[in-house]
Amino acid sequence: MTAERVSTVAKPGRSPFTLWLRTHALQIGITIVAIGIWGIFAIGSPQTFFRGNIYQAFMSTTPFFGIMALWLTLVVITGEIDLSFPSIMTISMWVFATVMMATGNLAIALALMLLMGLSAGMLNGIIITKVGVPSLVVTIGTSFFWRGMVKVLTGGTGTSLLPTRDTLFYEVFVGRLFGFIPMQMVWMALFAILCWVLLNRHRLGAHIYLTGDNADSARLMGVDVDRTKIVVFGLAGFSAAFAGLVASLEVTYYWPTLGEGYLLNTLSSVFLGGTSVFGGTGTIYGTFVASFIIGAINAGIVAIGMSGFWTELIYGLIIVLSVVTQTIVGRRIK
Amino acid sequence: MTEPTVRLVNISKSFGEVKSLENVNFEVYPGEVVGLLGDNGAGKSTLIKIITGYHQPDPGGEIYFHGKKVENLTVPKARALGVETVYQEKALADDQSVWRNIFMGREIANRLGFLDIKQMRAVTQRLMTEHMGFTSKAVNPDTPVRTMSGGERQGIAITRALYFEAELIILDEPTMALSLSETRKVLDFIANIPKAGKAGIFIDHNIFHVYPVVDRIVVLDRGRVAGEFRKADVSLEELIDRLYQVARTGRLEAARGGKA
Repeated sequence: MTAERVSTVAKPGRSPFTLWLRTHALQIGITIVAIGIWGIFAIGSPQTFFRGNIYQAFMSTTPFFGIMALWLTLVVITGEIDLSFPSIMTISMWVFATVMMATGNLAIALALMLLMGLSAGMLNGIIITKVGVPSLVVTIGTSFFWRGMVKVLTGGTGTSLLPTRDTLFYEVFVGRLFGFIPMQMVWMALFAILCWVLLNRHRLGAHIYLTGDNADSARLMGVDVDRTKIVVFGLAGFSAAFAGLVASLEVTYYWPTLGEGYLLNTLSSVFLGGTSVFGGTGTIYGTFVASFIIGAINAGIVAIGMSGFWTELIYGLIIVLSVVTQTIVGRRIK
Repeated sequence: MTEPTVRLVNISKSFGEVKSLENVNFEVYPGEVVGLLGDNGAGKSTLIKIITGYHQPDPGGEIYFHGKKVENLTVPKARALGVETVYQEKALADDQSVWRNIFMGREIANRLGFLDIKQMRAVTQRLMTEHMGFTSKAVNPDTPVRTMSGGERQGIAITRALYFEAELIILDEPTMALSLSETRKVLDFIANIPKAGKAGIFIDHNIFHVYPVVDRIVVLDRGRVAGEFRKADVSLEELIDRLYQVARTGRLEAARGGKA
């Protein structure tokens, strides 16, 4: 208490600029990290990092988990976690592939696929809020459930998505804008703007922050905490379906194993981006930049001549370091 | 005769096997502050959480606002009826800015839910300089409340309750964790509630805080109203004696106070 008093007294000299630096410390930090990592790779392998191809590759593959990471950021800000999104990707995509084969109608397949993702996400939210089971446990459970269901339904066999080739549908989701920019990158940028607006300029976002910061007081002040969480989990499921679609269309094949391997890089994007594991704070900008750092690491490690076996070790290091740094920095600010 | 701002009739509340309140009747009139006293677990918090719409009473209980019966009271409904609550420090979201805390749960937004941040910031700035006594530029509507002192934070909680045209202001142990001078300010504020023609409910463990600023005192014990009297009828010493008696016997042998 006394320490707090002293710090408020010591503050009056602060200019608006230092205040801005303080409130944006994490965003500035992640930007510096991004430039630093790019510098390391550029020095280590100039022939790769001074050509356009590598950036086209980043823009093509990063959105597969980057789109997911953006929406997962909202979940983490409410103080929850979702580990089931890789499985929601595959069950939703199974719906798409099945409906496409049965009806030949891509629009219906798309609609039912997104509905599947939304419902699976909302189901997570309902179990978490109405039954009161921690999200970590619920989403581990639903993760196995949906992945298991896909295994039972498909027997492990995939579906070719060739019927989507040479359609407008294909161009809209994974075509190349101006022959260069992958459409999934355009979608990721659009989702980033949408998420930012929702989080910072919409009542839902206000309630997301309040829910994660102090759910009890939010409830006392009339915020519908349960509904906020259900909506956020629903959106996460919806975006899992969407991310699953672009990832599958890119290779024109639906693999039942879809989503496996996205868990770690999605989570590391969110945490590296400065979103607090404890809820209440986090930014879309941070996640957006962080997902490209994560995407670059994969390619960069190989480009500078290290073995690809290093990637997971480095992801793990990044998650631990970013969570530790945030907690320490957060304590300092307090 | 004026209708009470809020009247609870025959309110019970059970949590599973535990009966937290049993057949409680309680009312607050405009222009009076009622002190709610009782030991831990007496049901004080449950009672106010029923008035604020956070808990729903067991079937059979009735809630009236200005003489009109209200069914299925929820927090937003209660706030729309003019019930504002100042909780202990815990009711702020620490990492959020001052303006997000002031407008918590009732953000100014258009029909599509998009926030009018400009207006919320401007109102917050005005409240901060006019009511909370922040004059330095170092603290502005975007400052996270975590960086503020206990008194400043309680100032936000109180201002938040006042700004929204409250009819009934409930203060749940508002002096917890405050310094002496900060406590003084809060008590002054409570003493001013009746002058504005509003009603107040003041809950505190400290009888020396409660006694000077209330008009009527209601004592709860193990979920029941153990006694109720006007301050005019009882001195502080008598009150303390009777509270000991309640603690021992669960009863308060005082004449029931008349209605204000």
